[in-house]
Amino acid sequence: MKIHEFQAKDLFHTFGIPVPSGKLATTPSQAVDGAKSLPGPPWVVKAQIHAGGRGKGGGVRLANSYEEVERTADEILSNPLITPQTGPSGQKVRKLLIEEGLDINREFYLGIVIDRKLESPAMIFSQAGGMEIEEVSVKHPELVLIQAIDVTHGFMPYQARNFFYALEPMPDKAMLKEFSSIMSMLYKLFISKDCSLVEINPLVLTRSGKVVALDAKINFDDNALFRQKEIAQLHDPYEMDELDAKASQYNLNYIRLDGNIGAMVNGAGLAMATMDVIKLAGAEPANFLDVGGGASEEMVTNGLKIILSDKRVKAILINIFGGIMRCDVLARGVVKAAKEVEIKVPLIVRLEGTNVEEGREILKESNLDFSVAKDMEEAASMVARQVS
Amino acid sequence: MGILVDENTKVVVQGITGKEGAFHTKQMVAYGTNIVAGVTPGKAGEEVEGIPVLNRIKDAVDIYGANTSCIFVPPPFASDAMLDAADAGIDVIVCITEGIPTLDMIKAVPFLRKYGAILIGPNTPGIISPGKTKVGIMPGHIHKQGGIGVISRSGTLTYEVVDQLTRAGFGQSTCIGIGGDPIVGTSFIDHLTRFREDGETKGVVLIGEIGGTAEEEAAEYIEGEFNKPVVAFIAGLTAPPGRRMGHAGAIISGGKGKAEDKINALKSHGITVVLNLGQLGKTALQVFKDS
Repeated sequence: MKIHEFQAKDLFHTFGIPVPSGKLATTPSQAVDGAKSLPGPPWVVKAQIHAGGRGKGGGVRLANSYEEVERTADEILSNPLITPQTGPSGQKVRKLLIEEGLDINREFYLGIVIDRKLESPAMIFSQAGGMEIEEVSVKHPELVLIQAIDVTHGFMPYQARNFFYALEPMPDKAMLKEFSSIMSMLYKLFISKDCSLVEINPLVLTRSGKVVALDAKINFDDNALFRQKEIAQLHDPYEMDELDAKASQYNLNYIRLDGNIGAMVNGAGLAMATMDVIKLAGAEPANFLDVGGGASEEMVTNGLKIILSDKRVKAILINIFGGIMRCDVLARGVVKAAKEVEIKVPLIVRLEGTNVEEGREILKESNLDFSVAKDMEEAASMVARQVS
Repeated sequence: MGILVDENTKVVVQGITGKEGAFHTKQMVAYGTNIVAGVTPGKAGEEVEGIPVLNRIKDAVDIYGANTSCIFVPPPFASDAMLDAADAGIDVIVCITEGIPTLDMIKAVPFLRKYGAILIGPNTPGIISPGKTKVGIMPGHIHKQGGIGVISRSGTLTYEVVDQLTRAGFGQSTCIGIGGDPIVGTSFIDHLTRFREDGETKGVVLIGEIGGTAEEEAAEYIEGEFNKPVVAFIAGLTAPPGRRMGHAGAIISGGKGKAEDKINALKSHGITVVLNLGQLGKTALQVFKDS
């Protein structure tokens, strides 16, 4: 689960990680009120959406007067913000964070991720802050320092020293204490809130000698939300695509994609592989939809209804390998959905596995208009032909 | 032969009285798995499919001789169940549970290794040595005893592959789901090492997906150390970055874990990669025909 920058900064503040003073605003006049209560000019007006690349899309702007704060806030709130991560239609901005502008001396990158190979959290520190860390690690790997953190010991003082004394040029030695404290607080936050990623980019050293988190990004482990009730409440439903939101209500794994072939599959791996064969056959999937290894009739009905409510879908492929899920259950779910919502696009069904004969029989007797594919390859080429 | 589980495997089911646990206990018994006991704390004295339910897994080991456990315990309690099994002396722990917090696994894995327990999963369909035993939730009837080892990060995708292998005339020695989570107990390499030493296994099918670098590491191992033919498939060529594709571990993040990179790594180490899953059976025929 992702949260907004202002929410992440609230958490930073709670954990003693310095952040700029800021105010949240939902209207231009609130933005001005916010600026009036903060040190400045200058102020920074920051769009609060989850997608990255906000700066490139014009969602993070400097303002030097109250009029400029108002005008900038109005512009950001009135138009969808398009960034490299939002897709071409952009994302509507509902909230702004107004912050004091800081006099920056140096920028750093500080983050913690789960390192799957090391099977532990790993802290990443770089003196090339303010840039895409992935890019830096490709072009200048020597500037990206990574240390695994042992969960029984936690972040150790020597690790802060390893990071700090590698800086070139090295800041005043007295700064070690501040860096070290931010690093260990960030780790404490990561562990106690079940994060999957925390990122401060940039972490800045101001001209007055303070270390401050200028930006804040936190992702949480979805699997741990059951024990992070306060975090779960930070979820912003507006950040979800309408169909995504509906699917998550029904406990379905649905991800909207750019194509026009609706696909329903049981199991995440098989769903991905089905998307891939659709693409190899020359068509584009409209979605990833995994109804689960052991889906119920109701889940199948709901899944199919979600696909049918997507106006872009020109043909549907159902690919089921019945293991735990029985093919007859699938067939009943499909027939039920077809009774509730008319299926106007070609439907291709590929069924295999447990109770396959019974499933095929149910579909046949339903008078539904559909085609049967004998295997995955045939299913993909049949569905691709419908849209070519 | 086959690896890790066979006709001598004595299984204890943790969470046997739950809906999933009870259902799959029945399925496993029907397949021929020797389930000696079940554990649900506080429910000792009950029976599931005629199998005694115990309060403590320790009793399943000491009294009934269990050496393998199959976990159906809900996510909040699953790491406790794993540690319990390892401490009691279980050799192979198969954790079916999906949705365990990553940090729980980061803490559990070193503990299990210290006790010498081998963890399959979590978030796995389990492990099956066809014709001998199945410890997990996969449909038994699509499998056939034979000479191909299968290692996978997925569930139904593995069933699809196994079905194609069986239809192409290739039975399986052992099929293992290593699990779809970011942190799992055993890797592709752990099991490749075992398949290498297994006389029954003539070739291996490796099924990967986006996320992490386990396939890249396996590719290097196969070229350098593995002595049997391998066919690989990677799911998620069309997966968008930054989105979790169902499995907690199936996510392209920080520019890492792309299907393309994995496929290129496998190919560059001389491994046959099937791009179209529909053609896996055919490819297996070509690669394994002399094995």
